[in-house]
Amino acid sequence: MITELGHFALVLAFLVACVQAVVPLIGAHRRWPGWMAFAEPAANMQFLLTALSFAALTYAFVTSDFSLKLVTLNSHSAKPMLYKITGVWGNHEGSMLLWVLIVTLFGAFAAWFGGNLPPTLKARVLAVQGMIGVAFFAFILFTSNPFLRMAVPPFDGQDLNPLLQDPGLAFHPPFLYLGYVGLSMTFSFAVAALIEGRIDAAWGRWVRPYTLAAWVFLTIGIGLGSWWAYYELGWGGFWFWDPVENASFMPWLIAAALLHSAIVVEKRESMKSWTVLLAIIAFGFSMVGAFITRSGVLTSVHAFATDPERGMFLLLITAVFMLGGLTLFAARANMMQAKGVFSLVSRESALVVNNILLGVAAFVVFVGTIWPLVSEMLFDRKLSVGAPFFNMAFTPFMVVLGLVLPLGAMLPWKRGNLRRVAGSLRYAFVLALAVGALAWAMQSGRSALGPVGLFLGAWLVSGAAVDLWGRTGRSGNRLSRLGRLPRADWGKAVAHAGLGVTMAGVAGLMAWETEDIRVLQVGESLELSGYELTLLDVREIDGPNYDSTQGVVRLVRDGKEISTLYPEKRFYPVAKMPTTEAAIDIGFWRDVYVVVGDPQDNGGWAVRTYYKPLANWIWGGSILMALGGALSLSDRRYRVAAGANKARAVSGGVPAE
Amino acid sequence: MTGTLRALLAALVLSMVFAAPLAGPALAVQPDEVLEDPALESRARDISAGLRCLVCRNESIDDSNAELARDMRLLVRERLVAGDSDEEVVDFIVDRFGEYVLLQPSVTGSNLVLWLAGPVMLLLGGAIGWSYLRRRGRAGETPADALSEAEADRLREIMKE
Repeated sequence: MITELGHFALVLAFLVACVQAVVPLIGAHRRWPGWMAFAEPAANMQFLLTALSFAALTYAFVTSDFSLKLVTLNSHSAKPMLYKITGVWGNHEGSMLLWVLIVTLFGAFAAWFGGNLPPTLKARVLAVQGMIGVAFFAFILFTSNPFLRMAVPPFDGQDLNPLLQDPGLAFHPPFLYLGYVGLSMTFSFAVAALIEGRIDAAWGRWVRPYTLAAWVFLTIGIGLGSWWAYYELGWGGFWFWDPVENASFMPWLIAAALLHSAIVVEKRESMKSWTVLLAIIAFGFSMVGAFITRSGVLTSVHAFATDPERGMFLLLITAVFMLGGLTLFAARANMMQAKGVFSLVSRESALVVNNILLGVAAFVVFVGTIWPLVSEMLFDRKLSVGAPFFNMAFTPFMVVLGLVLPLGAMLPWKRGNLRRVAGSLRYAFVLALAVGALAWAMQSGRSALGPVGLFLGAWLVSGAAVDLWGRTGRSGNRLSRLGRLPRADWGKAVAHAGLGVTMAGVAGLMAWETEDIRVLQVGESLELSGYELTLLDVREIDGPNYDSTQGVVRLVRDGKEISTLYPEKRFYPVAKMPTTEAAIDIGFWRDVYVVVGDPQDNGGWAVRTYYKPLANWIWGGSILMALGGALSLSDRRYRVAAGANKARAVSGGVPAE
Repeated sequence: MTGTLRALLAALVLSMVFAAPLAGPALAVQPDEVLEDPALESRARDISAGLRCLVCRNESIDDSNAELARDMRLLVRERLVAGDSDEEVVDFIVDRFGEYVLLQPSVTGSNLVLWLAGPVMLLLGGAIGWSYLRRRGRAGETPADALSEAEADRLREIMKE
């Protein structure tokens, strides 16, 4: 019964979305207040109905209702409760429902906090968001319905893929979707403003919080996914340049470019058409990402359950929204006159450079991702584009970005003096050089990767610190002023420093990782980068829905025991799947990573150990970047601009333009 | 989604590789594969990292635990022990398995498009950016704000609050 209610609510939400996509748009065109005002309750209703539908599906998973096909395929009665709940989005249909739930959530958000938007713009934004809703509701109902029943319900389910039964991965999709779908909001704002025929500073201010939020969520989502791959897949890789990963990375890069160019629109009324174009493209990349991950065209090596119908539908949605958005953009390009005038050396120019670097970097990732497909179709060359290509083609952009960032971040608006900025950064530069030189001197290999990474990291972190300190004025109590700086200033410094920390982590890990593969008898030891690891025991243990072979490894350094590690090999009998659970001794400077493998003929165990320097800096930096974004988002000017009910009362009195 | 699908596919590949369920996943490089000579082994690892495991999804044979990847790793080491240079080993593998095994596509023919896409786009973007900046620098201050009086007031109000 509850399932049917959920299904029905979903259908109703689809209908509400259809009306929301049309009525407010006409209302805004004809200046009919009643029709425009329809958007707000519709957005609320759409969200409530979708939430109801999602709750119904969650209920089915929690109670293990195996009459539902989706629950049977992805759950099991013995599964821990956490994974029963996260199992709701651990599959295609359920994850699409979560996706559309977030689409409606953002729509409702714009309705709640859009009080100070001009009524016509608000109506149009919600109408466009309604259109996006229509597309995805239709996609779910016609190709991926989660509420299908089984004719004969089985006694138990087939269990969720064991790799997904993990806290890191359980919460990775919701964050990614919040990011992807957050970009639908910037798309709606861009299209609405194009219909409206007005892009001004206020538009920049309205659209930026959504961009920032989307970017923060994407950062968290990508970070979680990478962290999961690191500890779960068994060899400590953190990024594979896989098409599916690239699908999330491209929107992240574009969103990063967009949130910077929106500042220029907001503060200086320049780069307007470029920003609108980016807002459209950013959502396009989100859609391309959804297409890549769900159609399986780019992972065609093996017949994964590719579903041409779903792929075609998603491609159609992408094409319609992109063609529509870009056509509108072309038609209205002439109304976006830049206003601000600035010299070649200025913050504006620095942000143009930022946008070129991020944009081209995203383009490189895009070309590399789709090239196997293009090459096979057009040139009949079946080839692969893997990590070595991306490392080579992508990294230079990030190096240049890291080099110019501290300079650009400190340039003043309109007209700057490069020498003065460089002067105030000289100590930061010397410090960074020293760090890089130290790394160069200490390392045994001759690769420049490690030293360059540490140099960039130190340069970005100290540059951010100098920037922040420089804002406290010249004299007086600078320390107390530091605490009272606007949160946006703090956010900027923290996020930029976070990028530096991540760069240093990636470079350090890739340059200085060491590895040992060997057979150990129980009681034997091995040595790795100054650590002594002893295999004390290998034993069998039982988990709730798996069996496990657990190794006991003692980690000793300089005769002092640091910790005991328990690497596992698990076997999930229902899914008939093995997983490795690496044991990691986590440290600030390094991780020690141990994996136990197969028993050998002569009685020992294959054991793989890794020494991974700076590994946690990668995710530490991601957390800093997300934190920086969140700080910026909580800046006073957005809280005020977004939440003001007073402003709503004022704008309510103003007749529609 | 990335992780979900990648895991799903990884799982699928795993389950295909281990048609009969084994006790656990094998490690990628097995202890018995490792060559005696550390210099040779390190070359083998470098070469393996650039070769694709044919039955896997975007995994190098160095990372993969598939049977085929193991065979290919052994083949690479066999050639190295026989005295081949790195290029000869790679050519040997490409001759047998095709261009598809190279994770880094060669810089030949139509692949030039792939390799030049970034630099060309950078030049293009740089040129457009430069001309835009020049124009912004030259354009005189536009006299009046295009906002009407009422709009300017409202904007000020928003900014002030």
